[in-house]
Amino acid sequence: MMRADANGGWFQEKILLGLTPRDYLRTLLTPMNGVAFFICAIGVPLLLYRFYAGLGATTNLTQSQPWGVWIGFDMMTGIALAAGGFTIGAAVEIFGLKEFHPIERPAILTGFLGYIMAVIGLIADLGKPWNMVQIFAQNGTRSVLFEVAWCVVCYTCVLSLEFAVPFFEWLGVKRIYQPLRKALLALTVLSVMFSSMHQSALGSLFIIAPGKLHPLWWSPWIFAFFFMTAIIAGISMVIVESTISHKVFAHQLEGQHHDADALTLGLGKAGAVVLFAYFFLKLQGVIDAHAWGYIGQGFLGVWWLVEMLGFVLLPSMLFAWGARNRRVGAVRVAGAIAVLGIILNRVNVSMVAWDWQNPDHYVPSWIELWVSLTLVTLGVLAFRWIVNRMPVLREPADLAAGHH
Amino acid sequence: MSMQRRTFLKVAGATGVAAAAGQAGADFGDPAGAGENAVLVDTTLCVGCRGCEAACAEANALPEPPSGDAVLGSLRKTGVSSFTVVNRFEGPGEPRFAKRQCMHCVEPACASACPVRALDKKPNGPVAYHKERCMGCRYCLVACPFEVPKYEYAKAIPTVRKCTFCAARQAEGKAPACTSACPSGALTFGKRGELVLEAKRRVYAQGSKYVPHVYGEHEAGGTNWLYISDVDFSRLDMKVTVADASYPQLVKGALGVPPFVMTLWPPLLMGIYAFSHRRQQVAKHEGRETP
Ligand code: SF4
Repeated sequence: MMRADANGGWFQEKILLGLTPRDYLRTLLTPMNGVAFFICAIGVPLLLYRFYAGLGATTNLTQSQPWGVWIGFDMMTGIALAAGGFTIGAAVEIFGLKEFHPIERPAILTGFLGYIMAVIGLIADLGKPWNMVQIFAQNGTRSVLFEVAWCVVCYTCVLSLEFAVPFFEWLGVKRIYQPLRKALLALTVLSVMFSSMHQSALGSLFIIAPGKLHPLWWSPWIFAFFFMTAIIAGISMVIVESTISHKVFAHQLEGQHHDADALTLGLGKAGAVVLFAYFFLKLQGVIDAHAWGYIGQGFLGVWWLVEMLGFVLLPSMLFAWGARNRRVGAVRVAGAIAVLGIILNRVNVSMVAWDWQNPDHYVPSWIELWVSLTLVTLGVLAFRWIVNRMPVLREPADLAAGHH
Repeated sequence: MSMQRRTFLKVAGATGVAAAAGQAGADFGDPAGAGENAVLVDTTLCVGCRGCEAACAEANALPEPPSGDAVLGSLRKTGVSSFTVVNRFEGPGEPRFAKRQCMHCVEPACASACPVRALDKKPNGPVAYHKERCMGCRYCLVACPFEVPKYEYAKAIPTVRKCTFCAARQAEGKAPACTSACPSGALTFGKRGELVLEAKRRVYAQGSKYVPHVYGEHEAGGTNWLYISDVDFSRLDMKVTVADASYPQLVKGALGVPPFVMTLWPPLLMGIYAFSHRRQQVAKHEGRETP
C-alpha cells in the first residue's frame, strides 16, 4: 500500500528524501561526512576487534581502574546528557509549560540516542555481555548496579515508545502513533520516575568506595549531586542542541513561529537556579565530609576548584546575567560551559579522581578514545538522519494541517 | 520404631547444638559471623616459607609460584593466577612476613555490589564466585576495599579471580589448602567466634609483644581472615584506612530511595499535571493564554 502511492516508490520518498539514488549519494559528499566516515571506518572495526582480542589488548584498564572511558564517558556522561528527554518532557507534559513544546521531541530523540550509545558502550565494556540476561534471573537487590541495570532497561523501553510516535508518523501508521500520542502523559510520568532513579543511582555506584574516590568528590550524598547535575545537563543540552538545530536544520523550521530566543532565555533562568543550588549543596557536601582541607591541595584539589568555579559557578552567573539582560548569546555560551562542566564532572568522578592515591594513574588507550568518538559520531549521524526524515523539529503533517 | 528413635536423636542433637551455639554466643560477646569458618594469621609466627602459596596453586590449578626467595624482595599483590602471596617487610630486627588473600568479609562489599550474585557469601564463610553468571561489569573490583578481586583482562572471555577459601575442600570437611600446608602454626583454621577470642588471648597474654589490635575483627564490618602482629599493620601493607562499618551498609540509604520514588513520584506528578492543566483550562476559559 505504501509502496504504490508515489512513482519514485516508497524507498525513494521516505529514505532518499525524494531524490534519485544518484542525487542522494551526491548530497552525501560533504567534508563533514568525510570526517564522520573516516572516524567510523576505523572505529567500527576497532569495536569488533575488542570482542575478538579482549579488553586487555584494546584498553588500558587495570585492576585498580576497572572502569575507563567506556563507562566513565559513554555511560556516565551519555546518560547525563540524555537527561533533556525527561526534563523537557516533564516541563511540557506535566508542568504544562507549553512554550517548551517545540523542543520536546528533539530532546526525547537525544535522550533515546544517548541511551542507545551508552548501551553499546556498555556492551563493549562488559567482559561477558551475554550474561546481562542474568539481571532478570538473579535478585541482586543489594547492588546499586542492579538498580542501574533495571533503570537502563525500563527507561530505554519508555524512550523507544516515546520515539515511536514520530517514527510511525513518518511511516504513516496511524493505528500505532495515535494511541501512543495519547499515552504521552503516562510515558512522561514513567520517564521522570525511571530517570530520577537512574541518574541518581549512577552516583550511588560510588558510595561503596569511599577510600578510592577523592574526598572532594566522594560523598554519601553523591546520588543527589548526580540527580541535580542531570537536570542541569538536561537544560543545558537543550539550549546547546536547539542552537545547533536552528543553524543546521533551519529549513525544517520554516514557517514555524515559535520564539527560539524566549525559549532559550527561559531555560537560562532555570539553569541559573539549579546550578546555583548545586554549587552550594556541593560546598555543604564538602563540609559534611570534613574534606575542606583538601581544597586547593595538590593537583586534584586545584582541579576541583576549576570544576566548581569555572564550570559550575561561572555558567550559573552567566545564565543569570544573560536571562536578566535578555542576552541570548550569553545564555547559549553558559549552556555550552555547563554541558562541558557535566562531562568534566562525570569524567572526574569515574576516572580523574578515582584511584587517586595510586601514582600510576590510568590514561585511556587510543582505541578506547576512538571507539568512544565513533559512538558519538554515530549518534550525531543518527540524529541528523532521523531529523531529516521524521517529524521531530517540524510538526507532524496531520497536526500542522489542522492547526492555527 | 528405630526410625522414631533416630528422629528423637536428631531433634535432641539439634537442640543440643542450638543450646551450645547460644551459649557460645553469650561467651564470645557474639561477634558477627561467629559460627563461620575463619583463619587467624599470627604474623609473628610466619617464617616466609611460602608453602601456602604452593599449596594454593596446587589446590586451585594455578601456575606454580616462583621458587626461591628473590620474589620476596619486592612487594607483590595477588593476581589472576596467584590467589595468595607472602610479602617480606624489613625490620626492626627480624624481617616480618604477611600472607595476603581474600579476606572473606562477614558482609562482603563485592557480593553486595554484584548485580547478578555471581559473588555470593556462603553461610559457612567463603565468598564464592559463579563464573557462569558473571557478566564482567567489574563492579566487584570497584567495591572491594581490600582490592582483592582481579579481572582477566588478557582473555577474550574473562572471569573474576580471587581466593576461594577452598570452598570445595571445606564442603568435604577439609581445611583450606594453605592452612593445612603451613608448617609454622602461623595459620589457624577454625570458627570465627573462637578465633577472635584466641587472637585476643594471645595479644593480652603477651601484651608487650603484640600490637593491641586484631585486624579484621571490625574492619569492613568484620572479616573471616583475622591478623595479629607485633608491628603496626600499616607496616605490613595492610589497608589501615578501611572503615569499621560494613560496606554494604553504606549504600543502604541510597538503595532505600527507589521504593519511595516509585510510590510517590507518579501521584505527585499527576497532581502537578492536574493542577497545571486546570490552570490552563481556566485561563483559556477567561480568554487569555498562559504566558
Ligand atoms: S564482574 Fe562479575 S562477579 Fe564482579 S560484580 Fe560484575 S557480574 Fe559480579
